[in-house]
Amino acid sequence: MSRTTLDLWVGLFVALGFAALVFLATKAGSYSGLASGRAYTVEASFDNIGGLKAKAPVKSAGVLVGRVADIRFDVQSYRAVVKLDLDPRYQFPRDTIATILTAGLLGEQYVGLEPGGDSDVLKNGDRITMTQSAVVLEKLIGQFMFNKAAESPSQP
Amino acid sequence: MTAVLRRIGALTVDGIWWLGFISRFFAMVLIHSGQSFRRLPLTIREIYFSGVLSLLIIVVSGLFVGLVLGLQGYDILQRFGSSDALGIMVALSLLRELGPVVAALLFASRAGSAVTAEIGLMKATEQLQAMDMMAVNPIARVVAPRFWGGVISMPLLAAMFSAMGIFGGWLIGVVAIGVDNGAFWSQMQAAVDFRYDVVNGVIKSFVFGVAVSLIAVFEGFDCQPTAEGVSRAITRTVVGSALAILALDFVLTSFMFRGL
Repeated sequence: MSRTTLDLWVGLFVALGFAALVFLATKAGSYSGLASGRAYTVEASFDNIGGLKAKAPVKSAGVLVGRVADIRFDVQSYRAVVKLDLDPRYQFPRDTIATILTAGLLGEQYVGLEPGGDSDVLKNGDRITMTQSAVVLEKLIGQFMFNKAAESPSQP
Repeated sequence: MTAVLRRIGALTVDGIWWLGFISRFFAMVLIHSGQSFRRLPLTIREIYFSGVLSLLIIVVSGLFVGLVLGLQGYDILQRFGSSDALGIMVALSLLRELGPVVAALLFASRAGSAVTAEIGLMKATEQLQAMDMMAVNPIARVVAPRFWGGVISMPLLAAMFSAMGIFGGWLIGVVAIGVDNGAFWSQMQAAVDFRYDVVNGVIKSFVFGVAVSLIAVFEGFDCQPTAEGVSRAITRTVVGSALAILALDFVLTSFMFRGL
């Protein structure tokens, strides 16, 4: 085989390989996700985060606006402190409410942001003061049973 | 009793000898691999033989693996009413596991065995000694280009395998069965993370490429210089590569995807 045909085939092979990689990165994956270098970080502390995991989505009005960067336990307040990486394209008022929600009945848990009316916006390193914890299904059922048991003697 | 102990001891010592040999050989290949980049045509020729000629089997196998994943995945997912998630299942199983592993197994049996046979036959016909006599280092001239050819080809082949597999899953899911096209791609894009899934798959296939190429050139270089010795070396290449790929895959997976 002559040198030029060999080079041609190898060039084609390498080009195809990179084309496959580009296909996997753009068409199959989401390369356009926010780069962590550009994101701004805010903190929010919750009484209970339920099953929230790092890298869980942060959504506002159902649109993906960021990701959960880090979760740690604060030993002073005994609350969970969640760091949120937010896309700098989206700015939120300072009185935004962070809620832990569940996608569907059994789906993954994510952080929902509900914007308030403040004219100042959240900046890198700020803290979301108003939060609402995850709904723990067992607690809910337990409370329901307790209420039922409490009201049943007065009924008959 | 002593015989059994002696046997265990012999096996252990042999195993350690073998590990020492292959590590030293690996170091020698790395030290002498300057030539395979200075004289690029040597390496390009090997990329042609191990990469381009493996293209057909990789593409066809990837397509069929994707087709089967599409059928089986749809069969299971539609029981839970979530056949839209077919794209996620096909893409993640290909990118994380099947792409790198199956492509590496095919690569070991298609290209690794050929490399072992070539080097083993060169040794059996005393071409390697002849090179030594002419002050040409056979590791730099023969072994290193084949090693690097394999290492460069392997990630590209695995990427093509995954891409073809996703195409196959799309053919079955969207074209043949009728899963919604938009849901197929958008769910896939939402679930597949570039850094976490695609890059980790490429890292895996690179590691497999190093392992398979190293075993192939080592077994060829190390074989008994007879017809029987060459055939045994080829068998050892295929078996050893398959075991190395599967064991390395477990180790890499347990480091990469522990689900945080």
